[in-house]
Amino acid sequence: MNVFELLETISFFTILLILVKPVGAFMARVYQGERTFLSPVLAPCENLLYRICGINRDEEMGWKRYARAMILFNLALFAALFAMLMLQHMLPLNPLKLPGFSWHLALNTAVSFVTNTNWQAYSGESAVSYFTQMAGLAVHNFVSAATGMAVVIALIRGFVRRKTSMLGNFWLDMTRGALYILLPISLIAALVLVSQGVIQNFSPYKTVPLVQPASYDKPKQDTTGKPVKGEKGNPVTERVTVKEVTIPMGPVASQEAIKELGTNGGGFFNANSSHPYENPTPLSNFVEILLILLIPGSLTYTFGLMAGNTRQGWALLAVMLLVLIVSFGVLQGVESIGNPLVSKLGVRGVNMEGKEVRFSLAGSSLFTVSTTGTSCGAINTMHDSLTPLGGMIPLSLILLGEIIFGGVGSGLYTMLAFAVIAVFVAGLMIGRTPEYLGKKIEVREMWMSILTILTAGIVVLVLSGIAMISPSATASMANPGAHGLSEVLYAFASMSNNNGSAFAGLNANVSFYNILGSIAMILGRYVPAVAVLAMAGSLAEKKYVPPSLGTLPTDKAPFALWLALVILIVGALTFFPALALGPIAEHFMMNM
Amino acid sequence: MTTHSATPISIFDAHIMRPALIESLKKLDPRTLWRNPVMFCVEIASFITLITFVMSITGNSPEPAWFTGLVSLWLWLTVIFSTFAEALAEGRGKARAASLRKTRTEVRAKRLKRPEFGSECEMVAGSLLRKGDFILVEAHELIAGDGEVVAGAALVNEAAVTGESAPVVRESGGDRSAVTGGTTVIANSIIVRITANPGETFLDRMISLIEGAKRRKTPNEIALEVLLIALTFVFLLVCANLSPLSIYSVKAAGHGEPVSLTILVALFVCLAPTTIAALLPAIGIAGMDRLFQKNVIALSGRAIEAAGDVNVLLLDKTGTITLGNREAVAFVPVGGHTEQELAKAAMMSSLTDETPEGRSIVVLAKQKYGLRAEELPTYAENVPFSAETRLSGVNLEGKRYRKGASDSIITFVRESGGKVNPDGLERVVDEIARAGATPLVVCIDAEIYGVINLKDIVKGGIQERFQQLRSMGIKTIMITGDNPLTAAAIAAEAQVDDFLAQAKPEDKLRLIRDNQQAGYMVAMTGDGTNDAPALAQADVAVAMNTGTQPAREAANIIDLDSNPTKLLDIVEIGKQILMTRGNLTTFSISNDIAKYFAIIPAALLSIYPQLGALNVMGLSSPFSAILSAVIFNAVVIPALVPLALKGTRFRPLPAEKLLIWNLLVFGVGGIITPFIGIKAIDLVVGMFV
Repeated sequence: MNVFELLETISFFTILLILVKPVGAFMARVYQGERTFLSPVLAPCENLLYRICGINRDEEMGWKRYARAMILFNLALFAALFAMLMLQHMLPLNPLKLPGFSWHLALNTAVSFVTNTNWQAYSGESAVSYFTQMAGLAVHNFVSAATGMAVVIALIRGFVRRKTSMLGNFWLDMTRGALYILLPISLIAALVLVSQGVIQNFSPYKTVPLVQPASYDKPKQDTTGKPVKGEKGNPVTERVTVKEVTIPMGPVASQEAIKELGTNGGGFFNANSSHPYENPTPLSNFVEILLILLIPGSLTYTFGLMAGNTRQGWALLAVMLLVLIVSFGVLQGVESIGNPLVSKLGVRGVNMEGKEVRFSLAGSSLFTVSTTGTSCGAINTMHDSLTPLGGMIPLSLILLGEIIFGGVGSGLYTMLAFAVIAVFVAGLMIGRTPEYLGKKIEVREMWMSILTILTAGIVVLVLSGIAMISPSATASMANPGAHGLSEVLYAFASMSNNNGSAFAGLNANVSFYNILGSIAMILGRYVPAVAVLAMAGSLAEKKYVPPSLGTLPTDKAPFALWLALVILIVGALTFFPALALGPIAEHFMMNM
Repeated sequence: MTTHSATPISIFDAHIMRPALIESLKKLDPRTLWRNPVMFCVEIASFITLITFVMSITGNSPEPAWFTGLVSLWLWLTVIFSTFAEALAEGRGKARAASLRKTRTEVRAKRLKRPEFGSECEMVAGSLLRKGDFILVEAHELIAGDGEVVAGAALVNEAAVTGESAPVVRESGGDRSAVTGGTTVIANSIIVRITANPGETFLDRMISLIEGAKRRKTPNEIALEVLLIALTFVFLLVCANLSPLSIYSVKAAGHGEPVSLTILVALFVCLAPTTIAALLPAIGIAGMDRLFQKNVIALSGRAIEAAGDVNVLLLDKTGTITLGNREAVAFVPVGGHTEQELAKAAMMSSLTDETPEGRSIVVLAKQKYGLRAEELPTYAENVPFSAETRLSGVNLEGKRYRKGASDSIITFVRESGGKVNPDGLERVVDEIARAGATPLVVCIDAEIYGVINLKDIVKGGIQERFQQLRSMGIKTIMITGDNPLTAAAIAAEAQVDDFLAQAKPEDKLRLIRDNQQAGYMVAMTGDGTNDAPALAQADVAVAMNTGTQPAREAANIIDLDSNPTKLLDIVEIGKQILMTRGNLTTFSISNDIAKYFAIIPAALLSIYPQLGALNVMGLSSPFSAILSAVIFNAVVIPALVPLALKGTRFRPLPAEKLLIWNLLVFGVGGIITPFIGIKAIDLVVGMFV
């Protein structure tokens, strides 16, 4: 790590920590319905929306109604996006006359965006019209993020409220999250990104001559698309010279901001944030990573503030930071050692394959751990091209359950479910019926926490197992063997945990992955969300147990360390065998 | 004292071991084992390995028969160790229950038509007695059932229930009216109203509780089981997932063997939290048993666990914080009388007073002032304490010696025409009261001589115990009928956190409700009928065995020794049970890390020889590695049985320190121990493999 990278890293975490408190406090005010400095402008809009939709702002919901509202709202959004994708050739703002999606790709994409996953089995510039990008995908980027935040706010209310069954109003929480938090920050962020060179236009794609025409050998194909073989069975190639190139355009900046801020990750272009029109400079890179971690990090402060003890929030943030920084260090370390196979050829040094030189190694590593620790899934580095152990870092961060900052809302609620489990075992170890934030942890909370933290892992285990013995699934691998196994594992990990990034070697646009992936995303998103709401409902009805010397302090270092340990042990025990056959085997093979 | 209950029964007593072994085999029946879902899964796993063993004998298995056979054997042993641990814990309870049951021999009872002495009676079998029947019990007869004395008073030997051989008085009315079936009247006769049907008596309930027959899982136990089942399910999927992954890897690598069913099953059993699941039932049963060793019967497992959670302890002052009786410690003369005169007057007034306080006055007069207790002439008239006059004394040779509370004596003196307020009386009375003692004013006729300082003696060592409780986050509140001044002084001396003075039953009830409203768990002890409502309200209610029937019914824990400080032991045992569960859970799961390092490289070695690098323990061969992990997983269960039965050591530490300590011992220890254990087993197994 050179001085520039060190400074970049230190200033990054410093700025993040400085922002956590004001942003977190602001969010607490928003969700508690208090006036903020944006109210003069936004309150009339908010009221107008409620009037149009006929929402009674004084109405509170129990957990079942809250969950029903959340599910129905998401279902409606899904239907709208599904239709839009299928019918985009009939809709406006489609300068390239792009056709509609196949049904299973439309299913996968609609599920992907409504679940905040943004897994993309298509490539944006060659499949999606401007209209779909803006009216479909970008809208979902806002509302899926606001949905996650609403659920965690309901859970926090469950911890804070006493002897009530009411958790707040989903419509209000969702609207406020989008209107007061996501929109204003995205607006500012989009402007900052435009200043760095991110494009924002409705122009048709541009064709420009290449400064230096390039030639390459292209495998010859017959009319059916099969490679033509020579006499000895070797593929026949033909020389192709490229003289001009098509450059995709579009309203990128507006979508780029919410893509990071809402931990959505669905890139405008296939290359995502490694594309120079999405992420042109080291500064834009810095801003984008900050946007990814901003809300998930700040929510911990919102949580502490609403729970009446900000240290509770800081403790969770400390756990997240600890794991993130250690992961960053390991990734940075193994990538700077480089690839031994390449070293043998005499090219020593950092493994720069799949990385953008303009971001430096630290800028790439930091983006990689941030986008996989949260459920963002945007990428500025090809994870598939990382060294085996390096690639295991983003894979492991996803497999931990997207809690190292995690998705907006979903990260914190999954982390809180982990805290409930950690409190339960630790509580027993000190001889008390466990309690967290003054609420007793009983059978119902255990069930719901377990569903929250284990659903995604269970889905990964089941689906990756099915995939490895399905010929249609293994045929999609670009690199059979241990690396191919990692690609499939990564694909299901990413979809179940609603991350959305991919080990790029896998061709996922086949019905097998599109359909199973949709199932994974739905289960990984809604089982935990509903379980969390059920837990919130049960917690809200409990009375408060005041702390005493015999109460386990959950806002201090020992508990934070224990929580980190529980997270790592649960993750390691669940995925060690799979990782051993994937990245670990690949690592030892490469190094021996 | 002959006690059957306090005798510690050794864990490895042959009388218990043998039946436990038989019982542990009976418990293998899947119809009973499914109650412990984790071990039920292990049993299925063992069965599968039995099949793979048979297949390997016939040559249909990738592994040699000795390997599948040994894995199967050790998996079966894992299940048996688990059922054995439970049977062992139950066995100890059964041994105690058997000794109790001996006392429940069939007795015949004299059933009365009317609850009067001399009423007609018929002889009936004890088992025919029903609630509401009246029976006559005479000297040397067994009391046929639980009941309440409605007439008469008798000396009763309750050794059968309490283990205490000194007989106790049981009499009608008041707080000592309850009798227990199976105890023996030693002297006098009593008429008892039966309060429990056969099979529902105290003794019956005790026996079934100790045997574990009626033991229901506590909510906390269920919550832990949820966690264990979830983990087991995940590990099942981990193993199921490993199979297709290895099949693919074999295809891709072009060599090696997919992970076999035997190894998958072995991995599953090693990963599943078998250690805690095997010992979980034993921990609960043993906790009950440990309580019983302290002569405490918990009427439900829930009550003991609740005791571990208690944040507020209501303790009766008398008998718990102070010795039962007050003692005279000084005579303070007033109105120009000397100490000697006062001592003599005080002694005279107390000569016929048989209360411990009265006797302590005579003793003080003798010791400090050298007065000899005079033989009272037969014509001396004893004036006992009465509720109206609220004083007591003696009438002798025309003189009326009296002692009593200051206002009663003043009334007495005023009525006798004397000077009611001699110099310093008010001051002395106030001073004594403020110091937490009881002032008793002494007079002869219309002349006030002075004040006796009757002091409550705080039990030795009680302050340290309260200090311990405080450091555990438990607040102690002293309950007393004394006035606030006295109460405050004693509270300060005993170092309790708070007190409730002039406590009436409804005050106690309100105090408990208020604390519960604020979210605290409240424990209290009580014995009187007027304690019953408060006992019923408290989360943990300990009734003294000497207490009345209503008090005993309202409680969820009964103290056979009637020693109120037992509450502290109960809290400790409650905490111990939870701690043992938590610690063993942590230990069990931490163990998995080493097991992975033993089994995964062994299982995948044929596919990726490079994974041998994960064999950090340097285990001699794949077969030996897997066997060693399976054997370690099995033997750790019996190795931890003593810990499960005794409970982890209790340390009165604040929560955070306790957590750190237990995490170091059971978390870090749980990670390291299996590395050493598996390596050691491998060294032995490796010699043969």
